[in-house]
Amino acid sequence: MAGAAFYDLEGTLVSTNLVHTLGFYARRQQGWMQSFKKSATTLLSLPVFAVTDQYSRKVFNDLYFKRYKGQSEDRLRYFAHELFEEVIKPAVFPGSYELIEKSRSLGLRQVVITGALDLSVKPLMEHLNITEYVTNRLEFVNGSATGRLLPPIMAAATKASWIRTFAEREAISLSDSYAYTDSMSDLPMLSVVGHPAAVNPDMRLRQTALHHDWPILTLK
Amino acid sequence: MSLQLRRKTHESVIYIDRDSAPRIMPSGEDFILEDLPIGTRVLYPNPPLKGLPNREAAIRYALNHPHGCDPLFAQLEPGMQVTVAVDDISLPLPPMATPDIRQTVLEVVLDMLAGHGVDDVHILIANCLHRKMTEWEMKRMVGARIFDAYYPDRYYNHDAEWADGLVKLGETKHKEPLVLNRRAAESDLLIYVNINFVPMDGGHKSVAVGLCDYESLRAHHEPQTILDSDSYMDPPRSELNRKCTRLGKLVDEHLNVFHIETAINNRMYKGDMDFLLKNEDDFTAFDRMKFEAMRYTMNKLPRPARRKLLHSRPAQYEMTACHAGKTDPVHDKIVAKGFEQYAIPVSGQCDILITGIPDISPYNVYSILNPLLVQVMALGYHFNFYRNKPLLKKGGVLIVQHPCYDDFDHKFHPSYIEFFNRLLPETRDSFVLREKYEREFANNPSYVEMYRRGNAYHGAHPFFMWYWGENGRQHVGKVIAAGAENAHVPAMLGWERADNLTEAIAMARSYMGNSAEITMLHQPMIGVADME
Repeated sequence: MAGAAFYDLEGTLVSTNLVHTLGFYARRQQGWMQSFKKSATTLLSLPVFAVTDQYSRKVFNDLYFKRYKGQSEDRLRYFAHELFEEVIKPAVFPGSYELIEKSRSLGLRQVVITGALDLSVKPLMEHLNITEYVTNRLEFVNGSATGRLLPPIMAAATKASWIRTFAEREAISLSDSYAYTDSMSDLPMLSVVGHPAAVNPDMRLRQTALHHDWPILTLK
Repeated sequence: MSLQLRRKTHESVIYIDRDSAPRIMPSGEDFILEDLPIGTRVLYPNPPLKGLPNREAAIRYALNHPHGCDPLFAQLEPGMQVTVAVDDISLPLPPMATPDIRQTVLEVVLDMLAGHGVDDVHILIANCLHRKMTEWEMKRMVGARIFDAYYPDRYYNHDAEWADGLVKLGETKHKEPLVLNRRAAESDLLIYVNINFVPMDGGHKSVAVGLCDYESLRAHHEPQTILDSDSYMDPPRSELNRKCTRLGKLVDEHLNVFHIETAINNRMYKGDMDFLLKNEDDFTAFDRMKFEAMRYTMNKLPRPARRKLLHSRPAQYEMTACHAGKTDPVHDKIVAKGFEQYAIPVSGQCDILITGIPDISPYNVYSILNPLLVQVMALGYHFNFYRNKPLLKKGGVLIVQHPCYDDFDHKFHPSYIEFFNRLLPETRDSFVLREKYEREFANNPSYVEMYRRGNAYHGAHPFFMWYWGENGRQHVGKVIAAGAENAHVPAMLGWERADNLTEAIAMARSYMGNSAEITMLHQPMIGVADME
C-alpha cells in the first residue's frame, strides 16, 4: 500500500491565515466607503477571532464565515487570482516547495486539507502542482454568500475522519503516511498517521510534539 | 597480576596499589570518586606536547613550504574562483578557546587570496550529514571580522540534500559513487583547513566525506567497513581509511585541492579543571580542593545547568604542527605528529575494561549525550582507541560508567529518537537495520527539512552511530552500564546494568573470573593504546 502526505495549509505551507483572505476581500468592496467599513469591521473583529480560535475552531468558523454574508460569488471568484498573486503566493514558505518535492519523489500522494475557502485555495494548488485537496466551501443563494459553510466543515476532528475515509477509499496506508500542521486544533489529523510532524507550531502544539517526540519543522 | 605487568612501563600507565588514591571518573555531567581494585591498570593521556610558540608564523611557513605542490601564493591568479572548506564543530572537543585554529588559518589564507586579486572566495563548512552549525557557532569559529565579511552569502554550511548544489564526480573502480558539493568541485582551487583531533580525522576523509551526499557516504559508512577496520583509529589497518583514500584519488583527478592540516596537543583543560588530567596520587591539596569545589557546585545544579556549565568551558588546545600541500604527504606527517601525542605503549590485553563516559562527543556539542551517543562513545570511540590489537580481550567485559538517561535533543537529534524507540526494540543487528530502515530514515521528508532548514543531524545519522559501535559490539562479551539510573536504556542497547562501579566489577569478575585483569581509561582520554 502506498502512503500519502497530508498537509494543513495556512500557517503550515503559507504564512497567511484566514483573516488575511477576509482582509483582502474587505479592501475590495464596491466603493471606498463600503471597503473602509468592511475593513474596519474586520480589524475590530481580530481579538474576537483570536479568542474564539483558542476556545474552539467550530465557534471560530461560525463567527468568521459570517463575515462573508452578502458578498457576491462573482466578486469573490473574480478577485481570487489577484488574492493569490498579491497575498498568498509571496507567503508560501521556501521550505514548503522542498518538503512537497521530497515527499513527491518518494511516491507519496500529495493531499492538502484546509479550512480555507475553495476559491482562494485553487490557484495555490495549481501553483504547487497538487491535484488532491479538500477545502471549505461557502454556501451561496442566488449568487450571494449566506455566511454559512457547506458540509463537511474542514476543521479539527473532521480532517482526521476525512483522512481515514480517503485512505480507505484510495488504499493508502496511514502507517506509512505523513501529516503536517501548525495548529493544536489539527491534533486529530496528526494522530491518525504514522509520521506526524509539527510545522512552525504554536506553543501548545510545540509542547505536544515534544511530549510525543514528533519532529518539529520550520519551513520559514 | 604478574610482576612484569606491575612494573611502571610508561608515565601514562599507572597501577593501583594499597595506598593509591581513589580515581576520578566522569559519569555524564557528573564526576565521581571510585576506589579501584588493587592491580587495576589505569591509562592516562600523555602529557601535552609543547604548543608552537607562534601559530601564525607556522601556518605561513606551511603555506610557503608545501609538500608535493607549489606554494599557495604561486597557485593564485587574479579572478580565479576559490573555495575554502573547514572542519565543522565536531572538531576539536570541546570547542577550543578563541581564536580557533581555523580562524587563524583563514585570516592568513584570506589575506593572501585578497593580496593576489582573488575575490571570488567562499568559505564552506564541511559538515556532511552532521547538523549545520548555528550562526553563533559560525561566528565563534572564524571570528567577527571574517564572519561579518562573508556570512551568509559566502560563508555557509554544506547542504548534502540540495540537489542543485551537488555534482557527481564519478565512481571508484569498486563502484563507490562520489557526489560532492558543486561550489567546491567547480572551483579553480579548493583549500581544505583541517584540525586533526583523532587519527581517523583528516586526509582524504576531509573532502571526500565532509563535502559529499548521503548516497556517497553510505558506501563506506556501513557495518562491514567498520568490522573490517582494526581499528578505525589506526589508518593503515582501517578499511574506512582505505575507502576514503580511493575516493580521495577520485577527488584529486577532478579537483585541485590544497590541504592544510594542523595537529593539536591534548591540553583539554587548564586552570580550574586541569586536575582532571593528572594522576590522583600526585594531587596537591589545592587540586583536591578544586575537585571538591567542582563536585559540590555540580551536585547543587540540575542536570541541564551542569551540562551548560561543562559546555561553557572551552578547551585549551595548542597547535603542535601545521603542514600544507597535497593530501597524502601532509596527512602522513600530521598523523605521525598526532601519534607522538596520543600513543601510549601498552603491553597485555585486559579482561575487563572500565571507561567513564564524559559529556563530550563529536555529536553533542551544546547538546545532550543521548543513549545512542553513549553507545557510540563506549563501543565506538573508547573501544577503538587502540593500535595493533584491542586493549580488551575478545569476549571481555566493558564497564561503562554513565547514568544512561533517556533524554534526547529534539532540535539536534530528532531521528535518533525514532531509531531508539522504534527500531532497537525490533533488532540490534546493524545489517538488518541498514537494509530495512536506513533509506526510510534518510528520505523521511521531515528529517530532511530539519537537516536543511534547522540544525538537525541527517535522518540517517543514528544508523552510522550504531554501525560505529559494531567493532566493539562484536568483540566484547558483555557491556555493563554502571550507575545507570534506569533499566530500559541499557536493556535497549543490549547491555546489563549495575547500580555502581563496585557492583559492575563484581558482576564482571563473576563472568571473567576473580583473577581477571582490569584496565581503566582515565577520562578525558585522548590517547591511543599502542599495543605490543
